[in-house]
Amino acid sequence: MEDFWKRFSRNRQAVLGLIILSIVIFVAAIANIIYPGDPFLYSKFPLSAPGENGFLLGSDSIGRDVASGIAHGAKTSLLIGLIATLAAVFIGVIFGAFAGYYGGIVDDILMRVTEVFQTIPSFIFAILLVAIMKPSIESVVIAITVVSWPAVARLVRGEFLGLKNREFVQACHTLGMSDIRIMLAEILPNCLSPIIVIGSLMVATAILIESGLAFLGLGDPNVMSWGFIISDGRSMLRVAWWICTFPGIAILITVLAINLVGEGLNDALNPRLRERN
Amino acid sequence: MNRSSKILRYVSRRLIQGIPIILAIVVLNFFLLNLAEGDAVDVLAGEAGSATPEYMEEMRKKFGLDKPLAVQLAVYLKNVIQLDLGYSFRHDMQVTELIIDRFWPTLILMVSTILLAVGFGILLGLFAAINLNTWKDSVVSVFALITYATPLFWVGLMMIILFSIKNDWFPTSGMENSAMFYEGFERVKDIAHHLVLPTITLSLFYLALYTRMMRASMLEQYGQDYVITARAKGVSERRITFVHVLRNALLPVVTMAGVQVGALIGGSVIVESVFAWPGLGMLAFESLFARDLNLLLGIFLLSSALVVAVNLVVDVVYCFLDPRIEVN
Repeated sequence: MEDFWKRFSRNRQAVLGLIILSIVIFVAAIANIIYPGDPFLYSKFPLSAPGENGFLLGSDSIGRDVASGIAHGAKTSLLIGLIATLAAVFIGVIFGAFAGYYGGIVDDILMRVTEVFQTIPSFIFAILLVAIMKPSIESVVIAITVVSWPAVARLVRGEFLGLKNREFVQACHTLGMSDIRIMLAEILPNCLSPIIVIGSLMVATAILIESGLAFLGLGDPNVMSWGFIISDGRSMLRVAWWICTFPGIAILITVLAINLVGEGLNDALNPRLRERN
Repeated sequence: MNRSSKILRYVSRRLIQGIPIILAIVVLNFFLLNLAEGDAVDVLAGEAGSATPEYMEEMRKKFGLDKPLAVQLAVYLKNVIQLDLGYSFRHDMQVTELIIDRFWPTLILMVSTILLAVGFGILLGLFAAINLNTWKDSVVSVFALITYATPLFWVGLMMIILFSIKNDWFPTSGMENSAMFYEGFERVKDIAHHLVLPTITLSLFYLALYTRMMRASMLEQYGQDYVITARAKGVSERRITFVHVLRNALLPVVTMAGVQVGALIGGSVIVESVFAWPGLGMLAFESLFARDLNLLLGIFLLSSALVVAVNLVVDVVYCFLDPRIEVN
């Protein structure tokens, strides 16, 4: 663990990413305290410029506080990113583990399915899924999960293929362990590092997909999100640049921070890889 | 057996491999259509607005919705094979016709984007690799990191603020100024003028991707044995970089340009709806608002087929470009 921190903190960009990410998480956590009440609540000060009428980052066309929207939107983005990624990793691990471990016909069938899902243009697929299920938090999470899991499945399959013939696995067979136990308790822990890395990078992608969906009007109408503020502020672009600008910066900073942390994790968890470069 | 007939066999095998994928996507499409609230006729009639119960009954018969699911699927497959994707009541047109109509603007946007992104990506990656571990390399890396994390629609809106609102350099939306009735070269110029901002926006993400890939590809090639041989022969570093390494490093990058076409289609939905570029992406955006599900499914089907086709073409081109690739 100490080793891990040492290697992680050697990458200064990753540390910077971690600091930024912590701030975003902190803002999301205290959103209800610094901006209590409904972020959708309008006021009598529409289109206030940043700093005017007590709006730190200005207000939108019906006087909603942009800063409050960003704080509450942080919660939405992070939660959707995290839950969708966990679900995608779960499905991907199951597909990849079975395909890699059993090989043969099982592998063939599972990988054909994965291939189909990888071929489909993912963003359009996500749009279609949300449009069919009606926009809500759940449908957005499902859509992001459905388009994200194939990458995990491919990765896990590769890892399992490489590990299943190693001596420690053969020893488990000799001991009479069940296949499921070998897969879950023996092989899976040995390929956690790349799964964690790909998972962390997937959170960033998930946040980008979520904001894109919300921008197209496919976000949950009852939940504040960054993409929603931007799509709502679009028509005011000429008179109020701040409505679209600040939530976009929030997305950019968050996604950038997660990517940096992901790369830091990659360095810290795969030391061999780093030394090779 | 000689190489060209081997390649021919490889191509036909890949073609046959592509068919089940397309078929699976069509079946998936069918089930998505069924997943939607109500049946296909409800979806279609919702568009007509004032469909009478008798008319809907007639439609159900026509689509075979009174039959079991397997028969429905067969009917759907038959229709798709005949390129009959149904009717868009909102546009009062066949979906297939509508898609073909809107295909060209998207193609223009995609081709210009790929050219820009691949061209500049290769230049920037090359620049970073030549200046490895200097501040120039860092600047390129930071630029790539940031563009990689930026949502496309936000870039588009910022472009509009900067270059259309603050400075009136480029139009905010559309593909051409139809009120001017430009013809010939004037029209091409007008379209190109409208094309600038959407192309730059859509390129940025892929630019970052290709920059990183080109840099990595160059570094990988520098480590190969033939570089050592060239050095031992006394070839100048300049010549090694630009003649030996560059040519070998280009191959994977150019190939990736084809593989990314699926993501590019997704990006074009966003960019086209920001700039009101009248292509397939804009059509998809409009169909969302009109709740024209059938049209959306048609666009989805076509873009999936496009990805399969492009992947096939890329694989085949790769075989021709790199004789080391085993075709068996």
